[in-house]
Order: sequence, then C-alpha cells, then structure tokens
Amino acid sequence: MLLQQIVNGLTLGAVYTLIALSFSLVMGMLSILNLAIGELFMLGGYLGFAVIAANMPLAVAIVAGMLGSLAVAVVIEKIAYEPLRNAPLITPMLSTLGFSIILQNLVTNVWGSDPLQLPTELFDRRISLGAVNVGLMQIVVIAVAVILVGAVAFLIQRTPAGRALRAVAENRDVARLLGVSAGRITLLAFALSGALAGAAGVLISLHYGAITPYIGVDTGLKAIAVMVIGGATRVWGALLAGPLIGIAEVLTVAYGGSQMRDLVVYGLMILILLLRPQGLLGGARSDIGQRL
Amino acid sequence: MISTYEAGLLADVGILLLGALSVYIILATGQLSLGNAGFMGIGAYIASFLTVELHWPLTAALIAAAFVASAIGVVVGFPALRLKGIYLAMATLGFGEMVRSFFLGFERMGGSAGYRGMQHVSLGYIWAWAAGALLLVMTLERSRMWLEMRAVHDDETAAGLVGLNTTLTKIGAFGFGGAVAAIAGGLFAHQYVYIEPANFGFERSIDFVLAVILGGSTVGVGALIGAALLVLLPEWLRFLTDWRLAAFGVLLILVLLTRRQGILDRALLAKLTLRRSAS
Repeated sequence: MLLQQIVNGLTLGAVYTLIALSFSLVMGMLSILNLAIGELFMLGGYLGFAVIAANMPLAVAIVAGMLGSLAVAVVIEKIAYEPLRNAPLITPMLSTLGFSIILQNLVTNVWGSDPLQLPTELFDRRISLGAVNVGLMQIVVIAVAVILVGAVAFLIQRTPAGRALRAVAENRDVARLLGVSAGRITLLAFALSGALAGAAGVLISLHYGAITPYIGVDTGLKAIAVMVIGGATRVWGALLAGPLIGIAEVLTVAYGGSQMRDLVVYGLMILILLLRPQGLLGGARSDIGQRL
Repeated sequence: MISTYEAGLLADVGILLLGALSVYIILATGQLSLGNAGFMGIGAYIASFLTVELHWPLTAALIAAAFVASAIGVVVGFPALRLKGIYLAMATLGFGEMVRSFFLGFERMGGSAGYRGMQHVSLGYIWAWAAGALLLVMTLERSRMWLEMRAVHDDETAAGLVGLNTTLTKIGAFGFGGAVAAIAGGLFAHQYVYIEPANFGFERSIDFVLAVILGGSTVGVGALIGAALLVLLPEWLRFLTDWRLAAFGVLLILVLLTRRQGILDRALLAKLTLRRSAS
C-alpha cells in the first residue's frame, strides 16, 4: 500500500518537476513570474487530448502539446514581456496574467468547461511488480519527464546556448558586453519553458485520465511551491523537489485527509523560504530577489 | 433609485477598493503581497462567526476581525525582513493558499460546504467603510510616515542609513494592510451572506494587485479607478458573450503596454486637479 502510494506520488512528482522547471527557466533568469505558464500547461494538455482523441500515437500527442505551448510562449514573450522588460517586476507579471485569462477563455470556448475523459483503454494496461501495480501510463509519464529533464539539463550545462543562458541569468549587462544576444536568449528561455509546460500538460492528463480548463491555476501554483522548495536557480532542485512534493501530497491524502494536502505543500514552501530562501539545492547567493 | 443588480456591482467596487488599498499600503513599502485574499478570508470568517454565533453588531465584529488580521499580518510581515521582491511575493502566495486550505478543512465553520447565516448589509454601510479607508490612506499619503514608507520602497539600505526604522515600517505595513483586507472580507461575507474558502483564493489576491496596478500604483485614488474598472469592464463587455473574458485580457495587456504606471499617476492627477506639479 505504502509502496503503491509512493509510485503514484512519483508520477505526480514527475509532472510537478517539469512545470517547476518551466517556471524556473524564466524565473531563475529574469526574476519574473510568468503567470501564463499554468495556462500553457493546460493548453498543452488539451492539444494532447485532441491528438489522442483522433487516434494518433502518444508520442505525437506529446510533441503537439510541446509545440503548441512553445508557439504561444514565444508570442507571450514578444507581446507581454519584451516591451515591459524595464518596467517594475509586477507589470510583466500582470501582462502574462492577461494572456492566462485569454488562454483560459479560449480553451473553455473551444472544448467546453466540463472535464474531458481520456479513452479508458489507455489505462487498462498495468504491470505487477511484486506488491506494486504500476500502470503503463505511469511508466510513460515518468520516462518522458526524465528524458525531458535530462535534455534540458544537457542544453543548459553543455551547449553554447545554455552557457549564454546561464550568463544572462548571472548578469544580463555583462553578458551583453561579452557579445551574448540577451534578447534572443530570453526568447529561447520562454520557448523552452513553454515546451516543458506543454509536455507536462499532456502528462498530467495521462496521470489523471481527464482534463479540465481549471487545472492550470491549481497545478501552476503547486509548481511554484515545488520550484521554491528545490531552488529556483538550479535545474537539479526541481528534480529533487518534484518527487518529494508529489509523494508528500499523495501520502497526506492517503493518511491525513485531502484537506491537509495543500496545507502541507505550502507550509513546506514557507518553511523553506524562511530557513533556506535559495531552496534545497540552490546556490549560496544570500541576497536573492530584486527590488520591485 | 438603482436596481438590486447595480447595487450589487457598486458593493463589489467598494469591497474591491478595500482589497486594493490593502495591497497598495503594503506595496508602498516596496513589498508585493500575493496573499491578501488570505487576510480577507480571515476577516470574513471571524466577522461572520462574531455576528452569527455571538450576535455581535457588525461594526464591532469588523473591528475585532481587523485587529486579529492585523496581528497575523505582523506575523506574516516578519519573513518580509528576510525575503525580497518576487521571493517575498511567493511566500505571501503560499500564506494565502495556506489560509484557504485551512478553512477548507475547518469543519466548525462549514469546511468546503461554506458558511451562511449572516445578515445582509446595506450598500451605504459598505461604502462608508470603503470611502473611510480611502480617505484615511489619502490623508496618510500627506504624512511624514508615508514619506518614510516611500523611502523604504525606493532604497531600503539608504533609508536605514539615515536612521529610519525599516523593520517597523515594513512590518507595520503588513499589519495595516492585513486589517484593511480583513474589513473587505467581513463586508464581503455580509454582502453575499454566504462564504466558502474558494472565495479567498489566489484569483482574489491577484484581483487586488490588478486593481492597484491598473488604476495607478503611485497614488491612492488609483485603487478606486482600478477597482471600478475591474468590476465594471466585464459588465460593459457583456455584449461579447462567451469572449468577454478574452477581451478583458486583451484590454488589460493593452493598458499595461501603453500606461505601465497605471491609468492614474501623479502627473495626471496634478493636471486633473489643476495644480502645478510639484516635480
């Protein structure tokens, strides 16, 4: 029973990791909260759903979700972030909120506000590993998440674009003096962040077997907590905190009642902010956060 | 005579104005709170408990709720000393969500089923509080205390170096803001005569911030403009039926792109009141 819960928690945690990474790509770098990420995530889920409903393979669904959210993320960067780059931090946060309102309205009008169920035969295949019964979809969710996190980590740590990204994150002005095109790198961060959110959306609809237009707000806020707990400036933080929160959440629901769930997650986040503001695996920067 | 429907809208404006002011007060010290719906929820539940279960008069219940929320605001304000900018905003967001999920599990006051039994309150009473709070903030804006708050906003280190008590200013702002948000919550509970935890979620906190930023974040009157716009704009867009929220989103982005300081700022205010701009 406990082991089963842990496997369920890991699946949920894998999705949290992806969205948390999506937040931290723009937040670790630009110190802005892109409030549209929750909605990009929801949009990806619906795109994936549409592809699965058209009887196309799962891989196509995931790619469709990623590309769709990536495209919208690029539009958001161009319209809502770039012109407001020098404004106080709240302003771009609220302009991305504008996009989140538009996306939610759009999806509700296209797909309706009722939850949509995925075909159940997707979830029939289950594998028994001793005492634990793992759904094939759970394995898919975890595997895709691991591959994507690996790909992002490689991109950030090993490629020239990733090096430029880290340079801009460290100090935008110095990076520009050294010839890094900060504008292009920012766009890249938004695009990557959108693609990750889109993939996570497809995966969460696979996890729950259903999707609603309101999943973005709830899961998006949870992902912010995951990002903070892991450390917003490091990729590995989300990889640790995602499964941690996923398992903590599933276990509190199983043994403490579902009302306790959010209390535990946000309580943990505040505790981390007070004791170790840079997150579990964050660097040693003591003075984080800019002026508003 | 206005219809019940219009009266409801005006009541919404008044309540949102109080919420926006609660954010404005905290923002004046350079701190962004994304959790003021939490204070609002605390105020709503305490005021409702006092009027329904203990039969207190509403005014006394609101004042008591404001005091409790203010004390909680001071407690929440302490992390503000360690955290800055977006990290502080996220901590307050966590606070708001914690309050919401606390009431969700608080069966004594209905839990997720919500709580009812409050007496409906008149529009005039709501606006007496809202106008009073606005006037209080506008008076404070002319005081030395407000200058100190702006100084902490502009440069905390410098403000500390010239001998200002930045700790007191920042925590005090949270206490004051929490009290104003709690009054908004108590009025909300007695306007809708039904409350549930979902009333006090992240969207509500964001609405407060939105009203302040849209209206103009450097002047208190801006909160009034922002609150009125936020309530009335979706009504004016009603002819767009299913697409009115999307249209609202588009307008929001357009306003932010064209007037990033908000609709009202000091320069415009000076022009409107036919006074020579000080700067």
